[in-house]
Amino acid sequence: MSAEVTTFGPDRLSRHGRAASIALRMLKDRGFVVICILAATSSILVLSWLLWSILSSGLTYLDWAFLDDVPSRKPEKAGMGPAIIGSVLVCAVCAFFALPIGVGSAVFLEEYKPTKGKWVKRLHAFVQLNISNLAGVPSIVYGIIGLTVFVEMFGLFGSANDPALAIGSHPFEASDGSSYLEQAWYYFQLPIGRGVLAGALTLMLVILPVVIISAQEALRAVPDSLRHAALGVGATRWQMVSKVSLPAAVPGIMTGSILAMSRAIGEAAPMLVIAGIVFITYTPLHLMDDFTVMPLQIYEWAKKPQEAFHAVAASGIIVLLAVLLGFNALAVFIRNKFHKPLS
Amino acid sequence: MMEPSEAALPEEPVATHEEITFKTDLSQTRPSEDPQDLDAAVRVERFSSWYGDFQALQALSFVIPENRITAFIGPSGCGKSTLLRWINRMNDLVPSARAEGVLELHGTDLLSSQADVVDLRRRVGMVFQKPNPFPKSIYDNVAFGPRLHRKLSRSETDDLVEQSLNDAALWDEVKDRLKASALSLSGGQQQRLCIARAVACGPEILLMDEPCSALDPKSTAAIENLMATLRQHYTIAIVTHNMQQAARTSDFTAFLYQGELIEFGATQQIFTKPEQRETENYITGRFG
Repeated sequence: MSAEVTTFGPDRLSRHGRAASIALRMLKDRGFVVICILAATSSILVLSWLLWSILSSGLTYLDWAFLDDVPSRKPEKAGMGPAIIGSVLVCAVCAFFALPIGVGSAVFLEEYKPTKGKWVKRLHAFVQLNISNLAGVPSIVYGIIGLTVFVEMFGLFGSANDPALAIGSHPFEASDGSSYLEQAWYYFQLPIGRGVLAGALTLMLVILPVVIISAQEALRAVPDSLRHAALGVGATRWQMVSKVSLPAAVPGIMTGSILAMSRAIGEAAPMLVIAGIVFITYTPLHLMDDFTVMPLQIYEWAKKPQEAFHAVAASGIIVLLAVLLGFNALAVFIRNKFHKPLS
Repeated sequence: MMEPSEAALPEEPVATHEEITFKTDLSQTRPSEDPQDLDAAVRVERFSSWYGDFQALQALSFVIPENRITAFIGPSGCGKSTLLRWINRMNDLVPSARAEGVLELHGTDLLSSQADVVDLRRRVGMVFQKPNPFPKSIYDNVAFGPRLHRKLSRSETDDLVEQSLNDAALWDEVKDRLKASALSLSGGQQQRLCIARAVACGPEILLMDEPCSALDPKSTAAIENLMATLRQHYTIAIVTHNMQQAARTSDFTAFLYQGELIEFGATQQIFTKPEQRETENYITGRFG
């Protein structure tokens, strides 16, 4: 082949059809841009159509009272107060557990990565692969795990209605002579039942893989030269992690965690398994209390036969979308504000 | 001592030509000494090292003399950096690395598995090829090492930071902005900050792995002048690819080739009357 090419200088390529190839390449070049524009416009179109249809029906019932009111049988009186409080509570408890466990796992997998030993390395790769897999498991599966592990605790402590252990409840005698158990704000029972805590722990399972993976990526972005510098002046591994790698990775970890939380706040399926559809008209008093969350409340409205409730559901969707937008905006803000070059 | 030696850098593209001044050119001013007559900071005997099956260093024996600058020269892959990485045990991070023989710092066995690596690394300061300050303030960068090892009062830290920055000839340039990010400094200033960070821990020896290879000629001159000052208090081992730099800055030079120590001696002798053929070929640029 190469022996046939004997011309030198600018003529060498023209003999092999350079002119024709330029026209074809320019066509492909423009074609690709057209494909990109089509892909981008189609997703924007779908999104705006969705937004328009929700806004057009949902704005009827949306006012400040809607955010505060309790659910009602009358659509014009219905509100999502308990659902909003429930979402905030569940997400806060979820973050309380998910962030330390997730960031801790990421630090262990990334900074204490095994360098010696064939089997330890394989174990590390196996764990790593499975964390990535867990990120893709449908959230309903986590709901079922949460039901067995958290709500019922494998039946080890009796049933939720007859708990083996209950702390923080005392008998209260009403004026009419009847008595019942009053539960304090720190009420705790085993098994923990279909309460806020069970919901939060289940959501923790849903977002843990995402938190771990994003924290690992943030740690991986910290250049090794900084780690060597810390070790070089006599830092122990923990000093290196706590004083150099982790602080440098914090903006990335925060961004990833906030995005994970915004996923948690929008989850309906696992919450449906844990909380069920309950008509909740009060805010949870303690972590074992019944609760509902925004997606669940929206689902409940949407499946009602009355047409008017579908508009209420649309109002709920607007509120949920606004919250999600807020979370994502916060993530972008933190990324832009605190993201510093590292070297 | 003050000798403008622009001629020493003939090939470098020098933008700020007139500003570059090398304070000292040891190759001209220092009398030759025999390394065996001086106290040893680091003693190396029959020292070999492997990465997996590849032998990186082959039975080296020499001493790095106390309070002198020792340069390690040789073509890429000859084992210079490997040797440095053994002295502060950075090779612990390389799983396949292993070593045999004797490597001692002031009588402490550097290879012992019982050795306290954290304390060893405090005793051995390391300056890396590319400046690698932490994304923290100038002050916190210098105070980082000492704070790892013991609790310091505010005034102790202040003193230590000032002293160390003075040692690194950086104090005057940064004294008004100690709280500014270290990354706002120029490359040469960053490298001097890394030197300050290393000396703040009170090391017994300062290892420099091609400290000027990422710097412009002016910053290089600043670092070299600094080395001449540091020499009064510290033992320095420097790896360099720059022949003129080795000749200008060091008291002793070791020439390594394919993991073997070809020649070790006073810099002046190595660069004027090398005993080995390979050394002569290398320093005259016939290979490498």
